[in-house]
Amino acid sequence: MPPTATPAARKFRGEVFIHADRCKGCGFCIEFCPPQVLAAAETYNRHGYHPPRLVNEAGCTGCDLCGLYCPDFAIYGVRVPLAAAAPKPETSRELAEAGGRR
Amino acid sequence: MSAPTAMNPVEPLLRSERMPHIWCPGCGIGTTVNCFARALERSKLPLDRVALVSGIGCTGRVAGYVHLDSFHTTHGRAIPFATGLKLARPEMTVVVYSGDGDLIAIGGNHFIHAARRNVDLKVICVNNFIYGMTGGQVAPTTPLGATATTAPYGAFERPFNLPFLAESSGAVYVARWTAYHVQHIAHAMAEALQKKGFCFIEILAPCPTLYQRRNRLGDGLETMRYYKQHSVIRNGASTRDLDLGFQSEITVGKFVDIERPTLQQTMEAAYRQALQQRYAGWRA
Repeated sequence: MPPTATPAARKFRGEVFIHADRCKGCGFCIEFCPPQVLAAAETYNRHGYHPPRLVNEAGCTGCDLCGLYCPDFAIYGVRVPLAAAAPKPETSRELAEAGGRR
Repeated sequence: MSAPTAMNPVEPLLRSERMPHIWCPGCGIGTTVNCFARALERSKLPLDRVALVSGIGCTGRVAGYVHLDSFHTTHGRAIPFATGLKLARPEMTVVVYSGDGDLIAIGGNHFIHAARRNVDLKVICVNNFIYGMTGGQVAPTTPLGATATTAPYGAFERPFNLPFLAESSGAVYVARWTAYHVQHIAHAMAEALQKKGFCFIEILAPCPTLYQRRNRLGDGLETMRYYKQHSVIRNGASTRDLDLGFQSEITVGKFVDIERPTLQQTMEAAYRQALQQRYAGWRA
């Protein structure tokens, strides 16, 4: 179980961003994700590695441990507040397209 | 981490246009750079006041990937370069980021003397037990019995115990972690960035291509699992007892955290006493 809180009690949801083409498939993020929400994708990236894939979206706590482990700076997690007043969070893809990548 | 962001927290510190980097899949150096980025973020130091110096080797490439004032020096000479930088620009936080072969073998003398003089440097040594970039030769950290390209029947030279070497030479902050202990590394780096004096952090990291493969220890992930299972945290342990054997238990933790006047302080005090008003000090 994630050490933070049960999914129902959380005030945020975790979101994970994957920069698939940077991945070299070491598997650190998949192995050391505390709630085990990642798995190796069956598809290849452009370098021929299997990048991670989010298999259990609800389980992600946004702890960013994947981001700390990743030797290739290819993945990171964020916490999105679930407050009612907060604007509806965008999808991973929209956020990724909005910036932060060169 | 509150607001949603599309920016990887490491991104402001990286020269993204240089990615992907040269490190092999499963190598731990990138993980340590991630921890360094987090530590720098936590330390709130302005990035134009931080300089990173590295020597030659796989870890030496860190200088080329960080978006800081950085210098990739000649082999073993990261510490002398950093010493000069620190003396000329005392307001800078100077980090030396290099490997065991560079810092402890060819740069060994610089290492012990910088620790002896307590130069205000933050030395991060990524120890992969081998000379990685040059092809897997025996390093002064290769454990007894481990195979290397220049030791096909196993290494027979006693390796250095790096925390002990650092402490006995005079370092004021000494810690050892493995690439598995990411939160601890980030915490130790943040502590060292705030501390005055010669800080030394040893980070054990997998070298899947040369050390692990040659010794039939699996890949990087296998080694990270090994670190997880066989590391024991003993903060404050005597550095005398921290020898590393081949696949032995690994003692990690923060071992030394003391205060001692830095080179800058002792030098200024001595000159001020000797020269009185005639001492002008160094102005950049």
